[in-house]
Amino acid sequence: MNGCPRIENAGVGAWLVRLFDAIEDRNLPWIMALSRRCESAFGAALVDLVPSYTTLLVQYDPVCMQPEQARERLIALLADLEPEDMDTNEPVKELPVWYDPSVGPELPSVASDKHMTVAELIDRHTAPVYRVFALGFAPGFGFMGSVDPKLETARLASPRKRVCPGSVAIAGTQTSAYPTMSPGGWNLIGRTPTVLFDRNREPMSFLQVGDRVRMMPVSREEFIRLGGDPSPQEES
Amino acid sequence: MATARQGMEVIQAGPMASVQDAGRYGVRRFGITQGGAADLHGWAWANWLVGNPFGSAALEITFGGLKLKATAELVVGLAGADLGATVDGEPVAPWSAFRLGVGQVLAFQAPRDGLRAYLAVAGGFVVERVLGSLSCVVREGLGGHDGRGHALAHGDSLFVGPDAGNAGIEPKTVPTDQRPDYANPGSLDFVLGAQAGEFRGLSLFDFFNRDWIVDSRSDRMGIRLQGPGLSCAMPTMISEGLALGAVQVPPDGQPIVLLNDRQTIGGYPRLGTLSPLACSRLAQCLPGSHIRFRPVPLTRAHNQYVRFLQQFR
Repeated sequence: MNGCPRIENAGVGAWLVRLFDAIEDRNLPWIMALSRRCESAFGAALVDLVPSYTTLLVQYDPVCMQPEQARERLIALLADLEPEDMDTNEPVKELPVWYDPSVGPELPSVASDKHMTVAELIDRHTAPVYRVFALGFAPGFGFMGSVDPKLETARLASPRKRVCPGSVAIAGTQTSAYPTMSPGGWNLIGRTPTVLFDRNREPMSFLQVGDRVRMMPVSREEFIRLGGDPSPQEES
Repeated sequence: MATARQGMEVIQAGPMASVQDAGRYGVRRFGITQGGAADLHGWAWANWLVGNPFGSAALEITFGGLKLKATAELVVGLAGADLGATVDGEPVAPWSAFRLGVGQVLAFQAPRDGLRAYLAVAGGFVVERVLGSLSCVVREGLGGHDGRGHALAHGDSLFVGPDAGNAGIEPKTVPTDQRPDYANPGSLDFVLGAQAGEFRGLSLFDFFNRDWIVDSRSDRMGIRLQGPGLSCAMPTMISEGLALGAVQVPPDGQPIVLLNDRQTIGGYPRLGTLSPLACSRLAQCLPGSHIRFRPVPLTRAHNQYVRFLQQFR
């Protein structure tokens, strides 16, 4: 691949702007800046924006704009794009996590695969301040990175039919927590009592793209005190 | 909501019937799917039949099996698939508007042509707006007649606006040239995407020159297709935003056309994107249907879609 940024054909009413070729922390301020500039430049013709690690999908109303017009507007926005000031004063969000095999069935196997103790795995998972690169897959599911390279783990060969809400998981260099009961192929290592998505709450999603997040290890008692449900509910 | 009243009662739920409008927009950045009528064409005509503005919610009835009892005088419009609809046992013609009197039963049998019928009611269904849309997404528990993403179930009530039985509405029928022959979808318009060059030449040839069979493991998220395996030089990519109609190809080589309830981002390479009207046609194909694709330039797919929308907007 070469020549980023590129504007790629995504069908009727959409362009995909590829800003970068690889996942890096520095991508986010640029993608957020482009999102914000699209909002003002497209105005009412903007239908939706889907930011991700390296790209921004821009969906516009085809009745308001010709494809070429939309493309030229994006080219103009990219020409003098400046990265967004990421507010480093914004507090780091904390996700309390109870690390335990009863709610994180892969905790022992990931540790032994990586030739470390469970305690070391927990230390390595809680050490970094993660960044939320994208929300997707399910409402409020935040793709956070990057995990300690020593914890890099392949997805399950076959996804679970049922993963319990709050399940904290790792896959590849990413970590996340499942907001709702859903199928899932990530390695489960613990559970958070934090409600990650609630449509009657403002904001609905606990995590937002760009957030900085740290995992805080808690005991079973603390997990329950914070409203967590300790019963195993996974189903393969 | 003050003027809403009960208009229908579900006396038998089929496999899947739900309230759908044009979809939920502006919230995909939170991971919330687009939703909306899978066959935009049939849905738009159903609303047109009863004089509702473009964007109004209608029932999307998949496979049939649904029975509704009118509990108020209603004018309804029926478009999309022919699911063998009857009123009190008498067949009613699809692509037309008709009256339902109190106590009359509108029943859907099984697919005769197409898969999804759309039922609009004059004045519209009165439903809680969730994140800007009435569309039901079961997986996310959002929208629909109860606001919580449930499909219609036995005993549910559907509420309608004050104009639901408006006698001033003249009976309309959809022009015959606007009624697709769902059994013969022909070649579906497809716009090549940025990763097309990563696929083997033979795969590109096969995609446009072989029959594809609609797999039974298809739903509102996506339509799986069976056919010659497609192979791509890049097995997976960094996850990125997915447009309606995107054709993703997982490592098993069997493409999936992503529809309204698709995941917001994904990491399989994509051959390109079906036009929105081609998505509508595909959404009416029963499992086992044979379909083909033909490449069209973006501007042509765009202009066709705009002409379609301008009939209603």
